Amino acid sequence: MTKNKDPLNIIITGVGGQGNVLLSQFVGKALVREGYHATIGETYGASQRGGAVMSHLRVSRDTQYGPLIAQGQADIVLGLEPLETMRVLSQYGNSEVVVITNSRPIFPVAVTTGEGVYPSPEQIQSTLEALSSKCWVVDATEIALEMGAPILANIIMMGALVGAGLLPIGAAAFEAELRDSFAGERLETNLAAFRRGMSLTAS
Amino acid sequence: MANVATFEAGTAQLLMGNEGIARGALEAGIGFASAYPGNPSSEIIGTLADVAADAGIYVEWSINEKVALEAAAAAAFAGVRSICAMKHNGLNVVLDFLMGLNVTGTKAGLVLVTCDDPGALSSTEEEDSRPVAKWACVPLLEPATFQEEKDMTRWAFELSEQFKTMFLLRGVTRTSHARGDVRIGERLPPNREARFTVDVPLQYTAIPAPPKHMAAHQRQERIREVFEEAPFNWYQGPEKPELLIATCGSGWFYSIEAVRALKAEDRVGILKLGTTWPLPEKLVRRNLARAEKVLVVEEIDPFLENNLKELVGEDPAAVGPKKFYGKRSGHIPSAGEINPDIVTAALAKILDIEHAPVDPDYSQKALALTSFFVHPRMVGFCAGCPHRATFWSVKNALKLDGRDGFVTGDIGCYTMAVGPTGFWQLKTAQAMGSAAGMACGFGNLKGLGFKQPVIAACGDSTFFHATIPALISGIYNKADYILLVLDNSATAMTGFQPHPGTGRTATGGPAPAIDIADVCRALGVRTEVTDPFDLQGTTEKLLDLLEDDGKVRVLVSRRECQLVRARREKAPYVMRVDQEKCIGETCGCARLCTRVFQCPGLIWDAAKGAARIDEVICAGCGVCADICSAGAIIREAAQ
Repeated sequence: MTKNKDPLNIIITGVGGQGNVLLSQFVGKALVREGYHATIGETYGASQRGGAVMSHLRVSRDTQYGPLIAQGQADIVLGLEPLETMRVLSQYGNSEVVVITNSRPIFPVAVTTGEGVYPSPEQIQSTLEALSSKCWVVDATEIALEMGAPILANIIMMGALVGAGLLPIGAAAFEAELRDSFAGERLETNLAAFRRGMSLTAS
Repeated sequence: MANVATFEAGTAQLLMGNEGIARGALEAGIGFASAYPGNPSSEIIGTLADVAADAGIYVEWSINEKVALEAAAAAAFAGVRSICAMKHNGLNVVLDFLMGLNVTGTKAGLVLVTCDDPGALSSTEEEDSRPVAKWACVPLLEPATFQEEKDMTRWAFELSEQFKTMFLLRGVTRTSHARGDVRIGERLPPNREARFTVDVPLQYTAIPAPPKHMAAHQRQERIREVFEEAPFNWYQGPEKPELLIATCGSGWFYSIEAVRALKAEDRVGILKLGTTWPLPEKLVRRNLARAEKVLVVEEIDPFLENNLKELVGEDPAAVGPKKFYGKRSGHIPSAGEINPDIVTAALAKILDIEHAPVDPDYSQKALALTSFFVHPRMVGFCAGCPHRATFWSVKNALKLDGRDGFVTGDIGCYTMAVGPTGFWQLKTAQAMGSAAGMACGFGNLKGLGFKQPVIAACGDSTFFHATIPALISGIYNKADYILLVLDNSATAMTGFQPHPGTGRTATGGPAPAIDIADVCRALGVRTEVTDPFDLQGTTEKLLDLLEDDGKVRVLVSRRECQLVRARREKAPYVMRVDQEKCIGETCGCARLCTRVFQCPGLIWDAAKGAARIDEVICAGCGVCADICSAGAIIREAAQ
């Protein structure tokens, strides 16, 4: 079981502007709230400008770990964008890794300009299955659009991570973090997004 | 809501290294904080600005780093503990003052934090700040853990006040801009009364130089003695290891990880140093004597490595023969970021251990399955960015002008115009204000046959920071150039901090808004203002200014940063592509909108052979409707 591994190495990835940093911070804070050591290393230079972004999150009961995960050592990859999930797996993946990815593409410039191709949903599914021990592809952005704001996709993905039972802590710590960060209608929306996300991966 | 000022002592909090530094400064009872923003340092003063009211302290974004340190030093001279923060480039700006402040000393604690960016993840160059400590005779601390970011900052204030000299604290991206759990300490209140008094003649002057320089060296030796006992230096490992790793800062975590990955705990010891200038020489010699082989793990330059070698050279008999590994030997790269893989590979090579970090079967499979799809993502202007629109007009105006004109640039979001989303328009990029400074040179080459028009591009924050002197120099010397101010009303690249043009202070209060166009007009130069989203109007103004040559002229291209606007209000337009009208590949410039304009909100629908709007990314600025010659991109007012 992933959740008992120490350190637990999680990579959260996406494209600048998707809320990658905020999402990793929520997960880190929930873990610290429950008494865990958590470290987050971020690639952030491009964080709002369409670049590939990645947060390395390291969790331990015993000690604090450094902010970067070594190659091939990810236990969980949480992707806000499918191509970025693939990029991370090619560098940090291994046959045991567990993957949850959002299905919605953000085309890199090479695809928009016609020099490159973007994988089909079937190719994404089969590639991720081949490169992981278990994977979920979830329609977080589509659900977020239904809920009225595409940025909610990151909270839906956080719910999916918790719903899959991959972390050593449960939903309560995350809901407490959301209550600390939002109020009123925004809190209700974020709680709804989080719970909707949990239902996507709960067995 | 809890923040770094109100966190309860004894609790564990997830803090960014920079927030830890801010908390450490609050725990030390600072009363004054100043900076010019620059990543990876921006959150130190940003965090303090956000909690200034709760903490009862004064916080400002200064016009540039030199003024920031001058202001912080003044507060310290008046008896108030002060912190000043900047990125490595800022340290260059500040050096002229620092090289006098170092010998002048201080009254209250004064800590200058400089954050280096190995790998230049958010910089235009990489640079090691640490040699300044040795050069300027200023004590240097390098935190390695998140807890140390906070605790060393607090400690630095105590020592700074005890020794009456400023302290330098160096962060790097992976210590300053990473997050980890930190145990919060008690806060000293900033209850000092500010008063400037001169107790000894010439107390606050750098002169007389030689005696003050001598005193700085003597003080350094006394600080070295304190560093011998510092709680931030330690050795971990066997009594007599085969190899000693000497490390500091970000190298600490990577080193323990490398030793663990190779299961080399019985063969390798680690000397972790938090006080890297002046080095605690007794402690260092004692530990160097443990092993013949020494691997030095540090980021950017071989600063620690060279200083260790210096100590060995002074008294070789005390430590015995040594073989050093590190940047000079090529085991650690001499440029770019280091990481656990680099340190593990270096250690494996020296210890002759077979190490395959990644399962080769998995790697090959991953490469085969993903390499066809995984394209790089170029960093570029955001959807709806006014800079894209400005550079579109610049590109067209220079082409229509036809005299091979070009754009000089400097540092800000607009630096990205060196790449495709700014249509490769920026031809130079070095330092803040250098666009105008270089234009002063290009613009005075007429006597040597130079006929090309020159446009110097700077941002609004950069205008205030370093462009004004170059502008005045250009006017005075009759240089021929257009200063193009890309005014997006924020220091956007570093996190939208306010500046003298925005009418807001660091802590959110009102401030006099200094109008850039008014400043230029007051200098007597022709100054035009344009809205970059008006592509035709901007191009026409540029063409007119290009014709009006022989002197300095100014165009202020003014439109608020899209990311700032989007926080406040909804998009003005809903965009869509009429795919029946879109002529796709047969369009005059072969897909002008997706291939050339390259806004991430406009994507290519391969199935339909036409452009399409990505409704998640499109910012609804409406500019692309004006570039589509087929009239296929439709702009409708948002409901």
